[in-house]
Amino acid sequence: MNSQLELHRTVTTRSKISRHFRTLADQKYLLMMSVPFFIWVIIFRYLPLYGWTMAFQNYKPGKPIFEQEWVGLEHFMILFREQDFYIALRNTLAMSFLGITIGFVTPIVFALLLNEVRNMAFKKTVQTISYLPHFISWVIAASMITQMLSTDGGVVNDILMKVFGLERPVPFMSTPKAFWFIYIAADMWKEVGWYAIIHLAAITGVDQELYEAARVDGCGRLRKIWHVTLPGITPTLIVMLIMNIGWLMSVGFERQFLLGNHIVENYSRTIDLYALNYGISMARYSYGTAIGMFQSVVSIVLVIFANRLAKRIGRGQII
Amino acid sequence: MLRTREKAFDVVFDISIYLVMAFVLVITLYPFLNVLAISLNESVDAMRGGIHIIPRKFTLDNYREIFKYSNLTHAFLISVLRTVIGTLLSTVSTCMLAYALSRKEFIYRKFFTLVFIITMYVSGGLIPDYMNLRHLGLIGKFWVYILPGLINTYNMIIVRSFIDNLPYSLQESAKIDGANDFAIFRKIVMPLCMPVIATVALFVAVGQWNSWMDTYLYASSKPELSTLQYELMKVLTNTSAAQDASRIDPNSPLARRSFVSPQSIRMAITIVAAVPILVVYPFLQKYFVIGLTIGSVKE
Repeated sequence: MNSQLELHRTVTTRSKISRHFRTLADQKYLLMMSVPFFIWVIIFRYLPLYGWTMAFQNYKPGKPIFEQEWVGLEHFMILFREQDFYIALRNTLAMSFLGITIGFVTPIVFALLLNEVRNMAFKKTVQTISYLPHFISWVIAASMITQMLSTDGGVVNDILMKVFGLERPVPFMSTPKAFWFIYIAADMWKEVGWYAIIHLAAITGVDQELYEAARVDGCGRLRKIWHVTLPGITPTLIVMLIMNIGWLMSVGFERQFLLGNHIVENYSRTIDLYALNYGISMARYSYGTAIGMFQSVVSIVLVIFANRLAKRIGRGQII
Repeated sequence: MLRTREKAFDVVFDISIYLVMAFVLVITLYPFLNVLAISLNESVDAMRGGIHIIPRKFTLDNYREIFKYSNLTHAFLISVLRTVIGTLLSTVSTCMLAYALSRKEFIYRKFFTLVFIITMYVSGGLIPDYMNLRHLGLIGKFWVYILPGLINTYNMIIVRSFIDNLPYSLQESAKIDGANDFAIFRKIVMPLCMPVIATVALFVAVGQWNSWMDTYLYASSKPELSTLQYELMKVLTNTSAAQDASRIDPNSPLARRSFVSPQSIRMAITIVAAVPILVVYPFLQKYFVIGLTIGSVKE
């Protein structure tokens, strides 16, 4: 009896396995079209995760990983004692903060105003041109912005001197305290039209009858924007705002690298740039990895927190 | 009375909106036109400043000068090469994977999808990535431009959502006629997916053309792998800081070569690097809307 059951079990497992292989054979083309990319993702996206062990070692390139010297949390201790790290953290948070305030409100205002343009051809033209800078590289954008703000022949200084009567040009790019504002202005110049697309799409989704009702109630155009359009797009806005909180630590370094220079370093260096300087340029791989790891962990916590928040508010998950 | 006040307000409101929009147009377009004008102006004359959107002393010398600088011609070729090869490989790979993962009966569908989605949120970071590429022997090789970014999960999801929305009956009837999965993909799904393929291809192409960071991180010791964007980045970071202090950076190799100023050189390279994007822009803005709407409907 017992052995019969056993036999029955092995037969079913075996048939399960053979069925699995039969399915694999049936789906050989689907496998051929996906397994190479599965291997690719493991090599290029998952293998690097193993590199996090470097943060707990005194990593020396060339030695096998098990012969490396383990140092525990030493690099993190050094990190939290380093003053430069706190400057980088401050800059990262400051630029993120400008991003989720100015960088959040400007595209909304732009979308709301653009929506009020009645001439369709003009509206389309403005919109099409407004997201043109999104597609050029940050290198090109930084080159143009530097030129606009330059002390010799830059248009901004031209206007300040000729229209507002300034005596001397302002050296924007070499004023440390101006950097954060140049950063956000540059970001807005490049991305405002692009970010506004999603708002414009949300605005089209607002129920047209509500506008009619508001008109009957005697609302003017401003009040229609305030009482109909804005509440109509609020769900989208909340999700986007929460999502931005998740990316608080991830301002990256591309824009800071290109717009900054050694004069403004104390205000332009973000955590990423700090990790890059120490990690690759100075070949302190372990220390650089520890910085990156600290940042990743904080980011993941923030993303999870943001996701929970979005769920609680009931606008659906982001992830 | 109220009527006229309302109307007056309306007119003022309209005018202010048009003024704001005109301002947006001007600040968006002016930098492009200004840089173009400076790049077409005689270099020494440009240093006097005051050029807006029309060159004062027209010349093509700046462009001649940058292409005399032979590394730039080579960098241009590398940029074109990585854009063409990268876009082809990436688009084909993304579509194949998206198709396999769109098939409901595929046994690893859920598992593979999850493995790809996770990569959108977790990454090794700068230095582990660098070390990984070093172990793979890709540092300083052309393929470092293509392989690490072969598939973008977001693009894959866009294509998959598009395939999901196609009527499945087409695939089914082909299957009954004895077509295998690869044939269905190539002969039925691909042709129907042309709009989304165009979108993804354009995204990838723009990303490839605009990229400079991979050159900086992984191939900066190999001048023969330099790209146009990277060359521009070098000129930009060499001159922009110095520009406020002195007009010509005397240490710049470009300044010593001739009397064309680094500023003019930089403006000319900026235009050369931007032109391909401006040329495909009409297509870009037509197709990216498709990508955006599909991407936002479904995850």
